[in-house]
Amino acid sequence: MANDTTAAVLHADRLEVAKARHPLAEAAGMFFRNHAAVAGLVTLTIIVVASLVGPFLYTVDPYEMVWAPFSEPGAEGFLFGTDYLGRDLFAGVVNGGRVTLAVGLSAALLSVFIGVSIGALSGYYRGWVEEVLMRITEFFQVLPTLLFSMVLVALFGASLAMVTFAIGIVSWTAVARVTRSEFLRLREMEYVTSSRSSGARDLGLMLIVILPNALPPIVVQAALMVGSAILFEAGLSFLGLSDPNVVSWGQIIGSNRPYILDAGWTVAIPGFFIFITVLAISLVGDGLNDALNPKLRER
Amino acid sequence: MIEPRSGPLLSLRDLTVEFATRDGTVPVLDRLSIDLDAGATLGLVGESGCGKSMTALAIMGLIPSPPGRIAGGSIHFADEDLTRATDSHLRDIRGNAISMIFQEPMTSLNPVYTIGEQIAEVLRRHQDLARRAAWDRAVELLDSVSIPLPGRRAHDYPHQLSGGMRQRVMIAIALACRPRILIADEPTTALDVTVQAQIFDLLQALREETGTAIILITHDMGVVAEMAERVVVMYAGRMVEEGPVREILSEPHHPYTQGLIASVPHLQTEVSDEPEDLMEIPGIVPSLAEFGRARCLFAPRCPRASDRCRREQPLLVGSGGQHKAACWHSGAAPA
Repeated sequence: MANDTTAAVLHADRLEVAKARHPLAEAAGMFFRNHAAVAGLVTLTIIVVASLVGPFLYTVDPYEMVWAPFSEPGAEGFLFGTDYLGRDLFAGVVNGGRVTLAVGLSAALLSVFIGVSIGALSGYYRGWVEEVLMRITEFFQVLPTLLFSMVLVALFGASLAMVTFAIGIVSWTAVARVTRSEFLRLREMEYVTSSRSSGARDLGLMLIVILPNALPPIVVQAALMVGSAILFEAGLSFLGLSDPNVVSWGQIIGSNRPYILDAGWTVAIPGFFIFITVLAISLVGDGLNDALNPKLRER
Repeated sequence: MIEPRSGPLLSLRDLTVEFATRDGTVPVLDRLSIDLDAGATLGLVGESGCGKSMTALAIMGLIPSPPGRIAGGSIHFADEDLTRATDSHLRDIRGNAISMIFQEPMTSLNPVYTIGEQIAEVLRRHQDLARRAAWDRAVELLDSVSIPLPGRRAHDYPHQLSGGMRQRVMIAIALACRPRILIADEPTTALDVTVQAQIFDLLQALREETGTAIILITHDMGVVAEMAERVVVMYAGRMVEEGPVREILSEPHHPYTQGLIASVPHLQTEVSDEPEDLMEIPGIVPSLAEFGRARCLFAPRCPRASDRCRREQPLLVGSGGQHKAACWHSGAAPA
């Protein structure tokens, strides 16, 4: 009797396993069926690989004067022409990508770190912790972000690290709110109570039990954050508030800004690369959102 | 490990848990006294909202606070009062000396970890096992709760298992550290009837093997009859009847207990027999605002209620032996 039931249960379970796929595999399938997201991912991969490998293949120094200033694209074999100092614009684009991506990525990481910490603590502990942290979040939310980061950079110097910090410190509020709402929802789940009843401590519950379940919307936010951080860096550079000693796409635009009417390509070409990169990141972010958001998936 | 002791393993004395509501604080547990002997099975019976689960959470030290708090009484376990224990000491006890399984096996396992990882996690937390040793022990535990192919199953995620299998995993997690007490909060309400019987068989077999005492929370008198030796009937945060299962089933004193027993269907021996009418208890459990009033809280639903019931709270009175009931009219046979 006991053996029969066990066998029956085993059999039924096998059938069920065949149907159920891992949620991550399902999400991946969903993502790769989304053509726009795949196009974005391919574009982004090309840009990242080119930025990493490019400087080793195209070895012209982007800081060196190589030809007459304001040479048009194609002149003398310089694909994108030269800027106001006669520097090779193609070399600038090739070398600047790395910095632009690095600033975007680390600023996004910083804001995700701050946002997740604050959101997790306030959603998990609630009470006065939540009150205090959410008031701080609202304070940062109502700050004019560009102005605040300009003040930071102007006060503490336009080094790359300061620019990254200034971008990260003004853009974490959205992540904090998303994380908090996920924690508020997930802390009531039975598996959290169940882990607590088996002796887990608060930090373990937050990091090991709840956070992995809260990740999907945070990942989406983080992906979109990289794009907006790149735009932010370009904006700061355009206003002349970036490290003048390091070439980035935004910095090229910023330094050529006075000549925009006479030599438009010096601004348009790096601008185009920023545009393509941010677009690709947004497409990937949207694709992730569709794939990871359970409400959309059920349709 | 089990030292010879004369007293009960766990003993609640006048335990009172209060919740802050808009209408002031109400006692969701009202001077509750329960004893549990080592290796015994105690049934905790009552409708939803009468304080069964709150009793379990109080023992685990997991009363949601705010709004709840332990306002009085004590919980004695292994020579100490758990109501006075520190948080970190309680964490050492939870999942180790006292553990718990929940009603919903579907949602009680973390969807992002394999079941092997989830069992190993508890072992590593309480027994300082290395990663590899904890995993091996987890596989053994899966085997001990009769999960077929435990070595392969350990790599499965919860969504790949059926409800009965998941409840077995929950039991494996709860028993991982060989607890002295297992609290099972309606462990089978979410499962198929056929699977229910398997889970109860498993719990009984494991109890005999490990000597773990079980507190079985349920609203089903039939389950209690099968599993428990002693039963405590709760109503609106108070104990209304307590005693050995046989006595209570054959001769319930409290009208609420009588109602609970009468509402369980019995199988007909002959198809031609006229089916017995199922009795229902009229009315509903009182709202929280009623809790703690100095009168019989069951009176509004009781066929035997008198003026005295509405004025004075009945005390638990023994009727010889261990059988006690809190009713002014206990013993008076129902019509």
